Amino acid sequence: MYNTIKTPLVHITRRKDIVWYRAWLIRILAIVLALILCGIITTFVVHINPIEVYKTMISGNFGTTRKIWFMGQDLATLLIISLALAPAFRMRFWNLGGDGQALMGCFGAAACMILFSGSVPNWLMLIMMFAAALFCGMLWAVIPAFFKAKWNTNETLFTLMMNYLATQIIAFFVVVWENPKGSSKIGIINQRSRIGWLPEIGGNKYILIIIVAIVLAVVMFIYMRYSKHGYEIAVVGESEPTARYVGIKVKKVILRTLLLSGAICGLAGFLMVSSTNHTLTTTLVGGRGFTGVMVAWLAKFNPFFMILTSFLLVFLNRGASEISTMFGFNDSFGAILTGIILFFIIGCEFFLNYEMHFRKRAKKEVE
Amino acid sequence: MFDIVAFIPRAVVQGIPLLFGCVGETITEKSGNLNLGTPGIMYVGGICGVIGAFLYEQKAGAHMIGFLAIAIPILCCLIGSLLMGLIYCFLTVTLRANQNVTGLAMTTFGVGIGNFFGGSLIKLSGADVPSIALSKTHAFISATLPFAKKLGWFGKIFLSYGFLAYAAIAMAIIAAIMLKKTRAGLNLRAIGESPATADAAGISVIRYKYIVTCMGAMIAGLGGLYYVMDFASGVWSNDAFGDRGWLAIALVIFTIWRPNIAIFASILFGGLCILHMFIPTGTNLAVKELYKGIPYLVTIIVLIITSLRNKRENQPPGSLGLSYFREDR
Repeated sequence: MYNTIKTPLVHITRRKDIVWYRAWLIRILAIVLALILCGIITTFVVHINPIEVYKTMISGNFGTTRKIWFMGQDLATLLIISLALAPAFRMRFWNLGGDGQALMGCFGAAACMILFSGSVPNWLMLIMMFAAALFCGMLWAVIPAFFKAKWNTNETLFTLMMNYLATQIIAFFVVVWENPKGSSKIGIINQRSRIGWLPEIGGNKYILIIIVAIVLAVVMFIYMRYSKHGYEIAVVGESEPTARYVGIKVKKVILRTLLLSGAICGLAGFLMVSSTNHTLTTTLVGGRGFTGVMVAWLAKFNPFFMILTSFLLVFLNRGASEISTMFGFNDSFGAILTGIILFFIIGCEFFLNYEMHFRKRAKKEVE
Repeated sequence: MFDIVAFIPRAVVQGIPLLFGCVGETITEKSGNLNLGTPGIMYVGGICGVIGAFLYEQKAGAHMIGFLAIAIPILCCLIGSLLMGLIYCFLTVTLRANQNVTGLAMTTFGVGIGNFFGGSLIKLSGADVPSIALSKTHAFISATLPFAKKLGWFGKIFLSYGFLAYAAIAMAIIAAIMLKKTRAGLNLRAIGESPATADAAGISVIRYKYIVTCMGAMIAGLGGLYYVMDFASGVWSNDAFGDRGWLAIALVIFTIWRPNIAIFASILFGGLCILHMFIPTGTNLAVKELYKGIPYLVTIIVLIITSLRNKRENQPPGSLGLSYFREDR
């Protein structure tokens, strides 16, 4: 009895590497499975057949030209914020403050519009808004970065709390600047004069932000892949002691990367206020800072894959909201579907990193 | 004039959901799992309780039995949050996924579940306000001792809460004793500090992580239930729970992973959350919005101070946030 060796049913080992097409096969399989599950759940909830569900989702995204532009803008905003967060995550700095940083960017831009309208020419106004938005975004990112670099303060919660502070500050100014009085919101700013509104390219206000997002993705790819800064970020992310040993100034890298993060979030805020929304509310960013975390992480911080992952999430969300409006429930249905798809993608990573050996096969090898 | 007798009970009822969340998260983190899904779990706990209570109120009509009216929501809440805990464990412990990302996904999912089912129930109940009122269940769950009202300020400060509030405090004390004095607590702390060492000592790391994280999720879920059924008088409205889950996670750091400190810390935070109602601002509504930011500001200051003091015994569990894979040792 005592010399029988009990082999476990599954033996798990770490994979050395995986062929790229197998990796993609696993990922696509996970997404397909998740989509099927989402379809089944939707069918169960609204009692229409699954094919109808997917059709509604597609028409929610691509149904009309207007919807396509809407989706493009949504996608671009999410992508810019995710691109902002990616270098920080690469460095293992969990910046959950994308919401707050982008909101402060919105705040900076909107503040310029409200305070200086009429006293400066339009081009100067745009430059001021741009500068203010970037400054506010950077400020909101660099405060937690400073404490992280100096005293290793927990950045996850710090950046998170900065979100709520930003929300409260904006809530304060929304009351102060409310327009018209008593509406407790800031309406469209400068609707008549259009001061501080970015010009529309070809009569379409969504094109600009999309172009910016694409350019930014390319630049970020080059920055992370080929620049010295990008390399330093990667080293700090892999191992701080190593980085110190090879003479990288870790604190400087943290501060610099977060300044960049904050600046891009601020840029997103500037574009939202100046190019698409022209107003300031506490929910303008709408949790994209959180979604951005997942977009960046799922794409393994590769800007081009981030286009795909952000498209997936935006597609799901818009599709779900189309279903919700058709059947009259609230928008949270999208969050449930997003959650499910995220669980699947997160879970499938296991099969990319680990190999499973079942007992039967192991026995044969022994014999 | 600052009315302290009115202030304390309100701070306590604000603090109890935070206390539940904080105790649940503390024991979870002690096992090395950083569960950022707690805000989502609390939403799920709340809505599952609401669903249970709603169905029971519909079914029983006027003849509600006290025991069932209390047991059904609690049971539903526990099952809901247990499921969430299992999802988290499966992804992070069995599949060794990144804990931060899993947690964020859980929060998205949980808040979605809460608001979706909340919205559907509101539609079902056909109310003309965007909320569901379960006042009968609230009456059972928040029942206080009959003589509490006669005891003046003493009764108001110490005895004016529903039994779940006392359960939260009891749970915090039990968790503190468990962690400090029992073998299971010692094993748990060992796993949090160094799972490889614990594994070598013959402690089943995976089993502990599963059990403790699920227990933590269930405790946190009760926080959501307490919020709806007791604090909010049985009224569920979407997004009302807000960001209490995040505050609860921040409290864990504030209390340096000690559930007994959490009792006072959460009440203190509860007080900070409602301070804006007690500071006279007159007609200036804007400043009120700034006062609402106080808890977050204080959290930030606390985070900074704890990192400045940087004592050895005040550190987070050594393996917090890392998945354990035996063959990596």
